[in-house]
Amino acid sequence: MTETQGSNPSRRSLIGWGGAGLALGAAAAGGAVAMAKAGDDVDPVAAETGGAVEFHGAHQAGIATPVQDRLHFAAFDVKTEDRDEFVRMLKDWTEAARRMTAGRAVGEGAYGGLAEAPPDDTGEALGLKPSRLTLTIGFGPSLFDKFGLADKRPEALVDLPKFPGDNLDRSRTGGDLCVQACADDPQVAVHAIRNLARIGFGKVAIRWSQLGFGKTSSTTPDAQTPRNLMGFKDGTRNIAGTETDRLKKFVWVGDGDGDAKSSWMTGGSYLVARRIRMNIETWDRTSLQEQEDVFGRDKREGAAVGKAKEHDEPFLKAMKPDAHVRLAHPDSNGGVTILRRGYSFTDGTDGLGRLDAGLFFLAYQRDVRKGFIPLQRRLSAQDALNEYIQHVGSAVFAVPPGVRDSGDWWGRTLFSKEG
Amino acid sequence: MRAVRLTVTAAATVAALTALSACTAKSDAEDGDAIQVTAADSKCDTSAKSVPAGHVTLKIENKGSKATEVEILFPDDRIVSEKENIGPGTKYTLTAEVKAGAYEIACRPGMKGHGVRQKLTVTGGGTTAKRDPKLDEAVADYRQYAQDQADETLPKVEAFVKAVKAGDLDAAKKAYGISRLGWERTEPVAESFGDIDPKVDVREDGLEDGQKWTGWHRLEKALWKDKKIGAEEKALADQLVKDLKDWQGRVGKAEITPTSMANGAKELLDEVATGKVTGEEDRYAHTDLVDFKGNVEGAQKAYELLKPVAAKNDPALAKELDEQFAALDTLLDKYRKDKTSYDFVSYDKVTKEQRKELSDAVNALAEPLSKLAAAVAK
Repeated sequence: MTETQGSNPSRRSLIGWGGAGLALGAAAAGGAVAMAKAGDDVDPVAAETGGAVEFHGAHQAGIATPVQDRLHFAAFDVKTEDRDEFVRMLKDWTEAARRMTAGRAVGEGAYGGLAEAPPDDTGEALGLKPSRLTLTIGFGPSLFDKFGLADKRPEALVDLPKFPGDNLDRSRTGGDLCVQACADDPQVAVHAIRNLARIGFGKVAIRWSQLGFGKTSSTTPDAQTPRNLMGFKDGTRNIAGTETDRLKKFVWVGDGDGDAKSSWMTGGSYLVARRIRMNIETWDRTSLQEQEDVFGRDKREGAAVGKAKEHDEPFLKAMKPDAHVRLAHPDSNGGVTILRRGYSFTDGTDGLGRLDAGLFFLAYQRDVRKGFIPLQRRLSAQDALNEYIQHVGSAVFAVPPGVRDSGDWWGRTLFSKEG
Repeated sequence: MRAVRLTVTAAATVAALTALSACTAKSDAEDGDAIQVTAADSKCDTSAKSVPAGHVTLKIENKGSKATEVEILFPDDRIVSEKENIGPGTKYTLTAEVKAGAYEIACRPGMKGHGVRQKLTVTGGGTTAKRDPKLDEAVADYRQYAQDQADETLPKVEAFVKAVKAGDLDAAKKAYGISRLGWERTEPVAESFGDIDPKVDVREDGLEDGQKWTGWHRLEKALWKDKKIGAEEKALADQLVKDLKDWQGRVGKAEITPTSMANGAKELLDEVATGKVTGEEDRYAHTDLVDFKGNVEGAQKAYELLKPVAAKNDPALAKELDEQFAALDTLLDKYRKDKTSYDFVSYDKVTKEQRKELSDAVNALAEPLSKLAAAVAK
């Protein structure tokens, strides 16, 4: 991609939105910490106008960023054996991501170029707002078998063990790298993945991808927790994007975490993605009492058993021993906490007249071995919910730290010679 | 096969812009303006090397012993106007509207080969834009390639048709895949005519209301699915030869430009991506990999001919295309035991994972190939 801006207007300016964009840019200029908050739901400008979330910062956007409404998640396999070519693609991706998250078209735009050549940008996001698009990259364990990266694979980037009940579809599992695209407009998220895939042809190929439509978690304090497709609020005690201390403790990889192999991960995080199919039809035939027992909450408010409000501290012993909340709660797991950022999905029907629907679970954590793995060990063995769900896809990724500035690029700390 | 409308439209636009209308055998031209063309078995004498633009008349006399063919040609060998089959000792008057520019008059004794050529300069207003002679050469070579493919296809189709008409299912099945190769290699040229493709290469799901299903795929279904050859199939087999002879005779007049060659190469990869990788093309015969290979070979030929110019304008693109063509070739070779034969693995034996791998390789080539037209148009 070229740096050329030329006369191609951004999506923002096309809709006369330059003023608000400038305001956001100013808010984001305060530095890395401020950036993590820029574009918050609490920022009325961004939320109401579909503004831009700052791409640069100490951490990648799309983790602590207030959860957008839509998701397009893609896992890629590496096709090239040429490390330099792969690094060039990461730089091209970064530049495209920088432009798209700002509401601009890729490269030289979607029109106005050479008549004989296909346009750089595919064009379907023209005229749409930036829609708080965030693009977040991650590197899977299998990437470290390539490009001589073996000695950079963090110990924390373990292959997930097989959990009881897993029925993983190979074609929905794994991946050398991933990009999570979140936006309030689904077309903006799909446009982003499509254009990155196009830039990547020959270097990488999409292994699988997932669209998500209803956020199932909130990272905004005091907001109502969204409901999953079972009709319940889940993960009400999620980490909020403003809880700097908990983010530092449970989400961001700290300086000195792990070994020398993983120093490039400082400021990053580890992502677990699970495609969890719900047996929607059998769940819908389940009595209200059993549904509430399974979760350990009431359906209307989402309050824990015996409590009035969803954010009231639960009394775990009041719940059935196999209730989902009781088993998943940090207090039952030695304080283990993960940042959940999942989405509901419905990929049509399954050929047997049933919805192919469920939860595309996304969780960020400082160390998978202290986060998702112990939690899922417990849940997969005991959770009453297991009767109604099945894990059918799985992947884990090391999510590198943020792109600092306009000269920086995705994965620099991993690939750059100076470390 | 989906007709590639883009090519047709592009060709039509070029034709409209150059505003050439060829008409034959008009007898009202005045003798004084006419060019006398004296054709013989080894010569082609013309009475004038330069004429004003507009109505150009050739007064042809065949003094040779063989039937001949006389053409006015563009620098890239596209035919402005032609008269075939002028018998020994006969005369013919050929006229055409010709714009200013450089042309050749060709006599082809025996109606084949390069023929004997004479330069013809047409002077006056409205000159056609000059282009890099290397590109004219590329187009001329590609036209020759397309003609060779058509010429070589006919005997293979005739062998296929012979087996069908003999009611020999096994021999017909064996001859089917290979009979399509030349067509698949140069499909964008054939599709630019618009009317031939729907007759010879349409699939059942591509039929329009009221359209009779004819051509290769109709016979494919009879051989593999219905497993029987009746009178109708035999008639359709004859029709296939007739339609393909029409194609063979029209390649020389196809609008071919460096850009349409480059786009044609990309379209061949599009054909692979939409029809072959999915196994839709030869859904009964499962000879999709033969077509696949043919498409890639045709795309590669167009690229190789354009490469001298493309590599100068965009060296990085040429390097990428070299690599990706080689990678796809290597991958396809895994599906045949003998690299000199077109005996490929039946596509129903190609697993989902393998199809994904093929699809990734096609995308890896098609994306840079979509930039070739811009690299030769610079």
